[in-house]
Amino acid sequence: MTPRTFALVALTLAACSRPDPNADGPTTTASGRTVIQNKGSDTLVNVAQAWAESYAEVEPNVAIAVTGGGSGTGISSMINGTVDIANASRKMKDKEIASAKDNGIDPVEHIVGHDALAIFLHPDNPMTEISISQLAAVYGEGGEIETWSQLGVTVPGCDSDEVIRVSRQNNSGTYAYFKKAVLGKTVEYKLGSRDMHGSKDVVDLVAHTPCAIGYSGLAYANDHVATPCVKATDDGACVAPEVATASDGTYPIARPLLMYTAGEPQGAVKTYMDWIQSDTGQCIILDKGYAPVRNVTCG
Amino acid sequence: MVPTQTESQPAAAASLEEADRRDLDWWIDKLVEGLVFIGGISAIVFITAIFVFITKEGVGFLGSRFDFSEFFFSQAWRPTSESKPTYGALALIAGTASVTGFAVLMAVPFSLGAAIYIAEFAPPKQREILKVLVELLAAIPSVVWGFIGLSMMNPLIIELFDVPIGLTVLNAGVILGLMAAPIMTTIAEDALKAVPDSYREGAEALGATRWQTIFRVTLPAARNGLVAAVLLGVGRGFGETMAVLMASGHSINVPDSVFDSVRALTATIAAELGETAVGSEHYQALFTLGILLFVVTFFINLTADLVVRGIRKS
Repeated sequence: MTPRTFALVALTLAACSRPDPNADGPTTTASGRTVIQNKGSDTLVNVAQAWAESYAEVEPNVAIAVTGGGSGTGISSMINGTVDIANASRKMKDKEIASAKDNGIDPVEHIVGHDALAIFLHPDNPMTEISISQLAAVYGEGGEIETWSQLGVTVPGCDSDEVIRVSRQNNSGTYAYFKKAVLGKTVEYKLGSRDMHGSKDVVDLVAHTPCAIGYSGLAYANDHVATPCVKATDDGACVAPEVATASDGTYPIARPLLMYTAGEPQGAVKTYMDWIQSDTGQCIILDKGYAPVRNVTCG
Repeated sequence: MVPTQTESQPAAAASLEEADRRDLDWWIDKLVEGLVFIGGISAIVFITAIFVFITKEGVGFLGSRFDFSEFFFSQAWRPTSESKPTYGALALIAGTASVTGFAVLMAVPFSLGAAIYIAEFAPPKQREILKVLVELLAAIPSVVWGFIGLSMMNPLIIELFDVPIGLTVLNAGVILGLMAAPIMTTIAEDALKAVPDSYREGAEALGATRWQTIFRVTLPAARNGLVAAVLLGVGRGFGETMAVLMASGHSINVPDSVFDSVRALTATIAAELGETAVGSEHYQALFTLGILLFVVTFFINLTADLVVRGIRKS
């Protein structure tokens, strides 16, 4: 919680400052070290951190400063011209691209990996499979499912039978992607979900709450939560959330993970983006529990 | 510095010249005066600057998109909806009000009890220790309180009350009550101490017991100070962000029991402001929430201040 809280405060302050027209391009410190600012998606933050650490050994003269905070944070920093690379687990909206262009910034999208959005349940929850239409009825406005018995299970430790919906704050890329992929573009979330600030909090809360259901990137799954398989249609095959199923596109709620640069990357930023796409970079994302963009063999 | 009037004219002129020396001490005096003036005026400058800033950022929303009945009577806070963003703050206002209200209910009996004990009963040594401990309670950072709410109170509430989730009005209210209690206790104790001892002596001379003296004489005499203590505690609770964000469940919901999750105004601003593009409608709407908070806290503090002034006069 603490680093994110800190980032939140820092970002709140950053949001108060106006875009600085001179801020485009990485800055170079007095000692000749280039600093690349990299900010955004909480889903990608662990990978971005790992990339930055490994890259420090490859290219000691380039430092990558990685901050989380959510896709919205990264994208709004890109619009305001305060970062070199924005991490996002959703695509930039047309409105956001337009406001970036108003500030003289032309964001370019790069796919750096894929992520399966896992559904999290308390380990005592006997449910092993769930369909997209059931998820929509649980989370979507007008959806009828409010209790676990409507889903056909009795959850030990959940006497009230109520489905406690755990969601993300409304600027999160995970929130936006789940809405698009599960509820559909025009359906809103049911009000009253517990909106956590970060994927880790979703997992923590579900792990301690028998009645809860939550969603987040597969990489955040741990032994304290169960991840049921997901059916695209009610009578279709149930696909488990795994790196392999995310890569080959069979898992119904997997999404591309993106990095945005201001214009086509150049210089130090280009070298870094190319390195991320290399076998070394793609093995790191695989190691962190996400699917690489292509088949790689890692040692 | 001023020559005495009994002296003759020439002597007076001479001593006037002597008094008019602009030496180092005089300059230091002027310098300190200036610094103290800047210190005194700075609070006014800052509060005005803050008010101008949040109004400037929020006024675009107030002027164009703001819909009074939606803002105050709709629960639908969906600022990032692509099809139709709505800005209903009813649930957020209800969330802040319920958590603060519950916190005050929790904190008032404890704080007043503590203040009465410290001011009226505790022996001097114990009083000093208690005062230090109460003030230490105020030194715990709010994020630590939030952490206690999230990781300790949540499972405890689920266990004790057999409810589906422990991040509720109850959780946030208890945490906030503990945070507001030191302020209430300290100010209430000051108010009780300010009651002249002659009142107590008079009451005891008339044969009143200790309890009768406190209940019939001391408490009514300190009434204004006690009200101010409660109001400042309310203001503290109203503005608290981090602990409420973590302990309340952050769920858009008008609560009908203390076991419902809610979302506070402050927590909404904290969670969303960092991720909105500067100047967007959502950004301005968050500043409008800021204006609302500012105005309410301003009036709470103003009332507290006027009430305190009331005791000084009487």
